[in-house]
Amino acid sequence: MSETVMSLHVGLYHFLIVSAILFSLGIYGVITRKNAIMVLMGIELILNSANINFIAFARFGLMNLTGQVVALFVIILAAAEAAVLLAIVLNIFQQLNTVNVDEVDKLKN
Amino acid sequence: MAQTIYQSFVYVLPETVLSIFFVLTLLTAIVGKRRSKYLPAFMALLGFVLAGVFVFRQIGVSELVFSGMYVVDPFSWFFKVIFLVTGILIVVFSMQSRELEAISTKYSEYFSLIISLTIGAFFMAGSSNLLMMYLSLELVSISSYILAGFTKENARADEAALKYVIYGAFSSGLMLYGISLLYGLTGETNLYAFNQALAIGSIPRVTILIAIVLMLVGLGYKISAVPFHFWTPDVYEGAPITVTAFLSVTSKAAGFAMLIRFFKIGFIDVSAQPIAAGMWDIFKGFNWTDIIAVLSVLTMTVGNLVALWQTNMKRLLAYSSIAHAGYILMGFVTLTDQGISAMLIYFVAYLLMNLGAFYVVMLVANKYHTENIDDYKGLGYRSPYAAFALTVFLFSLTGIPPTFGFIGKFYLFSALINSHYVWLAIVGVLNSVISLYYYVKVVRNMYLVQPTDTSRVEFDFGSNLMMTLLVVPNIALMLYFSPILNWAQYSVTMFGLR
Repeated sequence: MSETVMSLHVGLYHFLIVSAILFSLGIYGVITRKNAIMVLMGIELILNSANINFIAFARFGLMNLTGQVVALFVIILAAAEAAVLLAIVLNIFQQLNTVNVDEVDKLKN
Repeated sequence: MAQTIYQSFVYVLPETVLSIFFVLTLLTAIVGKRRSKYLPAFMALLGFVLAGVFVFRQIGVSELVFSGMYVVDPFSWFFKVIFLVTGILIVVFSMQSRELEAISTKYSEYFSLIISLTIGAFFMAGSSNLLMMYLSLELVSISSYILAGFTKENARADEAALKYVIYGAFSSGLMLYGISLLYGLTGETNLYAFNQALAIGSIPRVTILIAIVLMLVGLGYKISAVPFHFWTPDVYEGAPITVTAFLSVTSKAAGFAMLIRFFKIGFIDVSAQPIAAGMWDIFKGFNWTDIIAVLSVLTMTVGNLVALWQTNMKRLLAYSSIAHAGYILMGFVTLTDQGISAMLIYFVAYLLMNLGAFYVVMLVANKYHTENIDDYKGLGYRSPYAAFALTVFLFSLTGIPPTFGFIGKFYLFSALINSHYVWLAIVGVLNSVISLYYYVKVVRNMYLVQPTDTSRVEFDFGSNLMMTLLVVPNIALMLYFSPILNWAQYSVTMFGLR
């Protein structure tokens, strides 16, 4: 019993795998979802997967603290970007009464 | 460390001035008349001019400031001048735009966003740290998302903003993931330290290529290179013309500045023996020059071919700006100072001709209420001077001799031929020939088609003056281009490189 607990050592690669999965899910979400809010969630997943990378590298890579600082900045930027995107989506909803990105297609030849 | 940061402030005075004027421009909303555009526009112009004074005091400065986050060197100086000139011109254009009168209560926000985008562009041109690169890119992006949808009652502008923000956030997210991989591989976010880590360490080539491709997604989206260009036509068509003109120069030039700095400083092999003066080596095994060569060929070919079918003038100029990104990218493939200086010369030409073309399109939209190329029929009879100016700008965009655009293309192609990229030069020349067709189509519409309505439409004195101010350098710099040439050759120098 105690041996199995010992072998559950969480290292850099576990974090990298989690972040790669999040990254892929984020891309999948951006590409397949029609709802602008869901697309935003996909983008947030991508940003946070990068954050996990930064922190994992800083923690396990025997490196400096830079990674953790970068993650802090990214969190703030993600909030700013989400605010702008939500404002634009809200405005689209008021003007066109839809948040489906496929229905917003007047600019086409 | 505190002392260094304190001393660093001297080197970011232009950015500080712009930040102060960003706030002041925003504050004009609470003093004076709410609907007046003159006060905020004056404030923005004052900010740009004052920042220009401080920028001019940085001639020849080459310094690494804020513990390696930011560089002030001749290379970023060149781009700062371009951003300031563009900013001033855009503020002047915006005051004449009829389209923006729909948002007449929000002029102070509009002009302050123009300043904030310029600040972001300044930082993009000088950032020497991966975090700084990402932050400044986002500052430019977020300002431009808001600007693209600024006329928010206009459904086309809203759509442009939505498409822009989704593409932009997605590609900058991919770029951030690339940055995180680069950080993990080298343990550094500073570009100079990153370069040293690459020189020493045995770093897995495949992973670093993946990271470079992810970085290229973010940079390629900013410069609208194919295949990251899908947002460009829609955003350029939907956004207000002044914003389109602004994005097509400032945002693109900033993207190029960052791209050049990232790849040059990050991957230069300082230890290698120089093959010849003005050439540099990159680490073996990173074949990103091939990636960039392919990107540039794709970008100009797709841009030019799709432009052939356009009927909307703004959309046409959007595809033409994609094609121009392709031409400019060619210069980077050579890995020579000559190539980089050719790119810089091309930026000056691109600023003059592209802003000029957008300006005339805006004036025509003001008076004729159309952006359709078919409605340009007979413009040569109805508004002879505007048609003449547009002809000059379009010839300059094509690269036909009596204009500065020719000098830009000439230096690009000669840089390519000197470094034995003859095939790329041939592709570039063929592309220029294709582009002649759609530019001349507009000129033909203006002069060779008789209009149904032949009434004269005159523009006011200010508009004619602005057109003259843009036409004259387009022709004069063709005849006397050595100052620009010297300036570009001098500006190739980056901090910390020979």
